Amino acid sequence: MTTVHNFGVSPISCHSWSGDRKSLALSQNSNEVTLFSSSGSDWKQTGLLDQHDLRVTSIDWAPKTNRIVTCSSDRNAYVWVLDDNNVWKKTLVLLRINRAATCVRWSPEENKFAVGSGAKIISICYHEKEFDGWVSKHIKKPMQSTVTSIDWHPNNILIAAGSTDFKVRVFSSFVKDVEARPSPTEWGSKMPMGYLMKEFSNSSAGGGWVHAVSFSPDGSKLAWAGHDSSISVADAANDMLVMKLKTNLLPMCSLTWIRPNTIAAAGHNCVPYTFIVESDAVKLGSAMEEDKKKESSGKTSAMDLFKNKDKLGQNELETKLNFTHQKQIAEIRIVGGQKGDVDTFSTCSLDGKIVVWNLKTLAGQMKGLKI
Amino acid sequence: MAKNTSSNVFRTLDVDQYNEDNYKEDNDSTDPAALGPNDTLITSLLAANKPVEALTHLLSGATLGIKDQAARTTSLTLAMRVLMAIKVSQIDDAVAQLDNESRDVLMKFIYRGFEVPNEGSSAHLLVWHEKVFTVAGVGSIVRVLTDKKRV
Repeated sequence: MTTVHNFGVSPISCHSWSGDRKSLALSQNSNEVTLFSSSGSDWKQTGLLDQHDLRVTSIDWAPKTNRIVTCSSDRNAYVWVLDDNNVWKKTLVLLRINRAATCVRWSPEENKFAVGSGAKIISICYHEKEFDGWVSKHIKKPMQSTVTSIDWHPNNILIAAGSTDFKVRVFSSFVKDVEARPSPTEWGSKMPMGYLMKEFSNSSAGGGWVHAVSFSPDGSKLAWAGHDSSISVADAANDMLVMKLKTNLLPMCSLTWIRPNTIAAAGHNCVPYTFIVESDAVKLGSAMEEDKKKESSGKTSAMDLFKNKDKLGQNELETKLNFTHQKQIAEIRIVGGQKGDVDTFSTCSLDGKIVVWNLKTLAGQMKGLKI
Repeated sequence: MAKNTSSNVFRTLDVDQYNEDNYKEDNDSTDPAALGPNDTLITSLLAANKPVEALTHLLSGATLGIKDQAARTTSLTLAMRVLMAIKVSQIDDAVAQLDNESRDVLMKFIYRGFEVPNEGSSAHLLVWHEKVFTVAGVGSIVRVLTDKKRV
């Protein structure tokens, strides 16, 4: 079952849920972030974060500490904290970049966040006590182009970054002021700050921007979606084997793990798809929605039929897609459950809708759904 | 004024190439000789009236990302000969026999064939395009556009 939340006609470029899932922060392709709270079946606007000068590119709401971080094309990021008067207070983050910030994600323990940018830099930001503000450390080499997406490993140290130089990289973001030295993982044992643990190329045919990256729930696998309509999974526990599936679909823009071996991805196809990860290959699962073909309404008279044929060259005016979303999906976010054990997830799209997908009821309704 | 202010010879020097921050392509050298031996095999298969086999050999042997333009043109002409040789009724079977990688390469050849049309070639290529599209979907067309190593 899907629940559709309509927020107007403007495209929703990014969104994030609060920890209790009662509030939603979203940006409608503008420099403002609007906060909504659910009251019954309706959404009430409860806040407006409008400090940015240019388009907000990414929002992340930390569930445990209740802080929102937003980043924008104006090369800035702000951390917003709710004070006692229920007003969101902003703090500027010193990113020290000279190009747009493209994506931001809190770390699992919410003591750091990573910002990817067009300056070919990832800024790892943490709160510095003496300065009482957010400072950043840069990861520069060997990135050659814009960082498009970031995901944290569950150990709070490693991050994966997808970039427009057709590569996916795993870095260490160890900040010694903030945390203890990490124990070795399948990705390596030495993890100084900014160290490149592993680099993967998206395609041997040399192409395809990486749109989204996601670590598996246990952190041993890394999945990414490329613009060459492919989904790839690298398995660190299996000798860095890279399994790539070149799909017949349009490229995906966002993905996440809904089960330990199942990925949900969505993008230009306007409907989420599942992908099953087996021990040596990635296979296409199924679409999460059936193509609802409209039965032709008997109301179209013969005159309309010929009128349309003359004007448009076809019998009926069919511009509506047979899916819930009418435009490409920008982001997938987990709502109920966590990575690897998801009950519900939401997708935001350029058609102004946020749709919440309930996996349990969907599995009951759709016979062919493979999760 | 100095004597050389009217001289604009310096404008022909590309200073941007000396910038350290420039994006460096991954330089994978591709061996053009790899396509050579297939040339004779494919022509002999065409002469022996086995165009579908010629197609399979052509696609599995095709190397992507060759820098030499002459080699690319010869491989294109060869591919066009094979594609034209296969009749419309045989196309369905031919496409079904191929694996996914070969279908992607075939789609790349089809689009290159559209770029340099001869009499009657585009119509035949359109039939090819439709047949490959039904099997390989929009994904193969997206890969024609995204892959940097062109056929």
